[in-house]
Amino acid sequence: MIVRPHQGHPLWLAFMLHRISGVALALFLPAHFYVLALALNEPERLEGFFRWADQPLVKIAEFGLVFLLAIHIFGGLRLLALEFLPWSARQKTLAAAAVAFSVFVSTTFLLRAI
Amino acid sequence: MPDAAASLSVSVWRGGPEAGAFRSFDVPALKNQTVLDVVAWIQRNAEPTLSYRFACRVGMCGSCAMMVNGQPRWTCRTHVRKVAEDGRLEIAPLRNLPVIKDLAVDMDPFFDKWVKAEGVFHSSTDRAADIAPVRPSTPARVAADAGIECINCAVCYAACDSVAANPDYLGPAALNRAWTLLNDAKDSGRVAILDAVSRPGGCTSCHSQGSCERFCPNELSPLTSIAGLKREAAWRFLRKES
Amino acid sequence: MLDMRLYMLQRLSALVMAPLVFGHIAVMIYAIGGGLSAAEVLGRTQGSVGWMLFYGTFVVVVSIHAAIGLRVVLAETIRIGRLPLALFSWAVCLGLLYMGLSAVHAVTAS
Repeated sequence: MIVRPHQGHPLWLAFMLHRISGVALALFLPAHFYVLALALNEPERLEGFFRWADQPLVKIAEFGLVFLLAIHIFGGLRLLALEFLPWSARQKTLAAAAVAFSVFVSTTFLLRAI
Repeated sequence: MPDAAASLSVSVWRGGPEAGAFRSFDVPALKNQTVLDVVAWIQRNAEPTLSYRFACRVGMCGSCAMMVNGQPRWTCRTHVRKVAEDGRLEIAPLRNLPVIKDLAVDMDPFFDKWVKAEGVFHSSTDRAADIAPVRPSTPARVAADAGIECINCAVCYAACDSVAANPDYLGPAALNRAWTLLNDAKDSGRVAILDAVSRPGGCTSCHSQGSCERFCPNELSPLTSIAGLKREAAWRFLRKES
Repeated sequence: MLDMRLYMLQRLSALVMAPLVFGHIAVMIYAIGGGLSAAEVLGRTQGSVGWMLFYGTFVVVVSIHAAIGLRVVLAETIRIGRLPLALFSWAVCLGLLYMGLSAVHAVTAS
């Protein structure tokens, strides 16, 4: 993706992060649901999946997913605040805070994971 | 003080609606020089058939906006030294509008959308009525005042990726105008305005990217105006549904 | 492409989901302590009406939210007519709903 000259400012980047994280999460959901649905009839395959997920690379990918979720929810709360509360002057602060919170939450997850 | 050795390398879009290309010109660099000065120099000294639009040259008429190095600018108030990159300028017609020729775009879609957004005054009295007092300190008037200095230059419209992605989207300028009228005590078009901006292509098509606010030469915030419209439209929707 | 109804649905589903997402993140951080095991996860969830309601609600709103979100992204990325766009949105919503509710049933059925 090429960021063009009129793009690349904080609010535009916040928009792009929200869009990319949203699409990625939507694509991840079917896989997530599929694996959990194994629990009913094939619990040993679920357990096998969890063992597979113990690998460091998968752990990092999981961290990425939590990061996407955190990015998306804080970005979304920022949008809701921006649209539904008359807080016009604080948008950039909100955008930055959204990213900071996301990093914090997902790093907590990563530290617990390793 | 003109620097004798220095010159600007300027590429300018030439062509009609079907086809075109950038052409390069060397333009003498001056210490104080606007982008519009550069375009005028090219038209007078190098390329007499170059078409572009301007009128007031003091940032009031809103007719000289162009893409300068990929960003929409009011060229008469944009100094070359602020936007040139290593002495290079790329000047193109405004984005998101059909090109007529060279640097002149067709502004019709832009203004048609102002009307579509009910960005027109809705009178409730006639000339015989007394002048209605408007207190400048009311919250509604403060909100309207924040958006009324728009000069219709279409810089925000060219900056907006939501306009680029969705040709039906009314765009920041038209919605900003709708918002100022919604907050105008003398305007009686509240229902018509909210109907217009609630339709597909209205305020719900805005993704709050904020490029409108970033590039508005008059430092207005259409983003804030559109958020106001979203709020009003949402409350009205909830009241209607319940 | 997005009328007022879908716009509001997107915002309201987001509002409903906000506490659920925080709950989900908290559960994840708690659950991975000491590594994931199927027995541990299922021991917590199977037969629990509380978890069934929590994740059942989550699946319903996320299916709506994801379908509307993808609808907007698709319409702004490619040229697509209104009918294919509506079919796509419904397919995403119902597909996620089916898969999600199956997953909730699998981990909470006793």
